[in-house]
Amino acid sequence: MITILYFAWLRERTGLSEETLALPDSGMTVAGLIALLAGRGPGHAAAFQNRRTIRCAVNQEFADPDTILRAGDEVAFFPPVTGG
Amino acid sequence: MARILVSEADFDVGAEIALLTAGRTDIGGIGCFIGTVRDAVPQADAPVVTALTLEHYPAMTERAIGRIVKEAERRWTLLGCTVIHRVGRMAPGENIVLVLAASAHRQAALDATAFLIDWLKTKAPFWKREEFTDGASAWVEAKESDDAAAERWR
Repeated sequence: MITILYFAWLRERTGLSEETLALPDSGMTVAGLIALLAGRGPGHAAAFQNRRTIRCAVNQEFADPDTILRAGDEVAFFPPVTGG
Repeated sequence: MARILVSEADFDVGAEIALLTAGRTDIGGIGCFIGTVRDAVPQADAPVVTALTLEHYPAMTERAIGRIVKEAERRWTLLGCTVIHRVGRMAPGENIVLVLAASAHRQAALDATAFLIDWLKTKAPFWKREEFTDGASAWVEAKESDDAAAERWR
């Protein structure tokens, strides 16, 4: 299982702050997970519509689309950051 | 040893400087940046910001700030450093973020302060949502100028 967290408008569009998912295959990347999540319903499709505006962290570290996921990972999706 | 704090509570700039310099006589200069909530907008008839809400990723935030501070300490000889970032809902005029960097000389203190706020804006997991006088609210979009500001420290 992996834990998926959503922040800012990704949380609003999916209607979820957190969900868990069984990893379908051992070599799944962040990009593969996004493609899978985008098919989960209209809210998820809206959240993942423009992938260029989505950033990802795996286990609290910024991650790339080709980062490989492992069971137990915490994967967070969010827009480009706007703090400071 | 840096002081890093993420909190809903406001900060006292004078008290933070006192804490940074307590018992020290080797500090020659302290750089200070304070970010505050502003309500001004470019067009005169556009709705004005009435509140700002800062969301963050609690498990990641302090770690991400810690990494940015470590990078500043690698680049400049700092004698002390404070980063405080508020979260939650704030009104125009309120403080959002405080960066203090102390060094023996002004250039390191000033450069490290600018570096810290530039990287905080692009590499720490915070998101701003603005509320307006007309009742609307919207997530603040990341600015290319912020990316360019962070990029100049490469």
